Amino acid sequence: MNDGKADRLDEIIASHSRREGPLLPILHDIQAEFGHVSEEAKRRIAGALNLSRAEVHGVVSFYHDFRSEPAGKPVLKLCRAEACKSRGVEALVGAAEAVAGDRVAVETVYCLGLCTVGPNAMVGKTVHARLDSAKLTALIGEMA
Amino acid sequence: MMTVRISDDALALACGADDVAAAFEKAGAAVERVSSWGMHWLEPLVEVNGVGFGPVTPADVQAILDGGADALCIGPVAAHPFIVAQQRLTFARAGKTRPLSLDDYEATDGWKGLGRARELGPEATIEEVVASGLRGRGGAGFPTGIKWRTVAAARADQKYIVCNADEGDSATFADRMIMEGDPYQLIEGMAIAGFAVGASKGYIYVRSEYPHAIAKLEQAIHKSAHIIAPFHLEVREGAGAYVCGEETSLLNSLEGKRGEVRAKPPLPALEGLFGKPTVVNNLLSLCAVTHILADGATFYADYGLGRSRGTMPIQLAGNVKHGGLFETAFGISLGTLVNEIGGGTASGRPVKAVQVGGPLGAYIHPDQFDIPFDYEAYAAVDALIGHGGICVFDDTADLAGMARFAMEFCAVESCGKCTPCRIGSTRGKELIDRILARAPRGRDTVEALPQMHNAPRSARALEDEITLLEDLCETMKFGSLCALGGFTPYPVLSALRHWPEDFGVTRMAEAAE
Ligand SMILES: Cc1cc2nc3c(=O)[nH]c(=O)nc-3n(C[C@H](O)[C@H](O)[C@H](O)COP(=O)(O)O)c2cc1C
Ligand code: SF4
Ligand code: FES
Repeated sequence: MNDGKADRLDEIIASHSRREGPLLPILHDIQAEFGHVSEEAKRRIAGALNLSRAEVHGVVSFYHDFRSEPAGKPVLKLCRAEACKSRGVEALVGAAEAVAGDRVAVETVYCLGLCTVGPNAMVGKTVHARLDSAKLTALIGEMA
Repeated sequence: MMTVRISDDALALACGADDVAAAFEKAGAAVERVSSWGMHWLEPLVEVNGVGFGPVTPADVQAILDGGADALCIGPVAAHPFIVAQQRLTFARAGKTRPLSLDDYEATDGWKGLGRARELGPEATIEEVVASGLRGRGGAGFPTGIKWRTVAAARADQKYIVCNADEGDSATFADRMIMEGDPYQLIEGMAIAGFAVGASKGYIYVRSEYPHAIAKLEQAIHKSAHIIAPFHLEVREGAGAYVCGEETSLLNSLEGKRGEVRAKPPLPALEGLFGKPTVVNNLLSLCAVTHILADGATFYADYGLGRSRGTMPIQLAGNVKHGGLFETAFGISLGTLVNEIGGGTASGRPVKAVQVGGPLGAYIHPDQFDIPFDYEAYAAVDALIGHGGICVFDDTADLAGMARFAMEFCAVESCGKCTPCRIGSTRGKELIDRILARAPRGRDTVEALPQMHNAPRSARALEDEITLLEDLCETMKFGSLCALGGFTPYPVLSALRHWPEDFGVTRMAEAAE
């Protein structure tokens, strides 16, 4: 690990030092910047917050948002909760996965709060509604 | 220059509102971004001099500016039947104000509740909330005023107000709409709570699936800090765990721990966040408080029936023609909501089932559509109102598949603390798979051992598997620590009871209580 990265980790950790219960905000920032929470990050956080590395790992592994390994490809989060199921999302999954192949990770999310206009998906912070097979596969096709 | 109003809430954006707004600007119109009226089937909804058009695409923009686009015109938005039929308190500003404008908020009775609370003093503020009969809108329906009394009476150097904006239930979006469309209302409600119980610090816990809500809240908190001082607010982002909507799990998450559910007692009201007395309320409960204080407990309690007082922002979602936010007094029947207000299914096919109350809520059969929207009436038929989400399914839905999904969801989202939920949900999913595959299980090696006196002697028939599923649900219902494991049987058993044919059986599941 190069020092720039380690310094940046320490900087993120320090930026939350005045918060009560800073662990989740720290993990969110690290995940957003590095795409995952590495072993190195876990050790540094543990040291700064006076936790064991195992405790930090336990938190990282509990929450669906945090990854210990990089995704390695762009992620599309497809809502497969009840309201989107009632509007036909399951029929789109096969085609979406076929287009995604190894290039894009199609992950499941349970509800984006857009339950009247599904099927819905989220890429980064951008939300997409009223998806049909054509729109969804086009969306995946445009992802790098 | 002509001014057009277009929502900038996440749902409008997902439906393409930004492109429509850009097209209007390019054509020379002034665009004002407002909150959403909550008529989602019309989004992006465009309002020109009070007259609405929707759903609008950039291709329609010129026609609207030229006074045409009759096919998209819905007439005056405020007079639309979907709006007129409502009794909007929490959503009174929806569609009408700019979300982050303090001027708009003040001009629409904003801060009136906080002002009156400060005049009344903490004790009288709490009594006003008690008298209103307000019950928590997060699901459990616990009286808000009583909770506040407990926290107010507790002695501590620090107390907290925590807003539960985790809104994980499918078919719910009312919390999101307030955070994105009327964030000051929530801020005012929390400031009232803080004043009433003597808490100086508040946290709003928002699920990470709501980035737009988080961004708006942060700006709104910044802009209104001087009004609510010395009360201080902070937004915290969840991390994709449904169970963190459960209040003690949420507190653990705020403290930076795994979101495991805590055993009660101690009550969060006495030992909550960082062990301090804490009010945990759903966002809608806190918003209702602003109206109770502004207009009085009696005004609020005059809405509703029995022990369900006030209004409920109902969320009509799923396969429904007119989906959106419908706020009304308690007591409205499910049939009216689904068939009249909602206009039936979006697909035009017959309604088969309606799930009320999110993933832990029962599937309700159209035969039960006369049931009034009321906490007790739903409890009486083994159902729940929850956070007020209604999800409509047409006749193509497979209820056995939905029952399987309920188990799967529980397995994915279980916090892992107790066995009936952690293991039972996985076994439940496998069991439903076997039922659907018509592949009853034979005796396994262990069951065949001579000392296994109580194990079945022969392969389990389909009927036996169904009985086993009912037994498993029983165990989950009574053996789980929280409602995730404890209520997952509701969708499963209601599906089995009303649509046994979807499971390949004709027998009605009677012993399911
Ligand atoms: C698994 C589970 C998930 C929950 N999710 C939420 C939620 O997303 N939002 C919410 O306000 N309450 C949720 N609750 C209910 C909370 O535990 C708690 O009752 C509520 O926050 C209290 O606020 P209220 O009295 O204002 O309703 C959930 C409960 C359980 C068991
Ligand atoms: S019922 Fe499930 S989610 Fe609730 S405490 Fe037990 S394991 Fe955790
Ligand atoms: S169920 Fe898909 S957005 Fe809510």
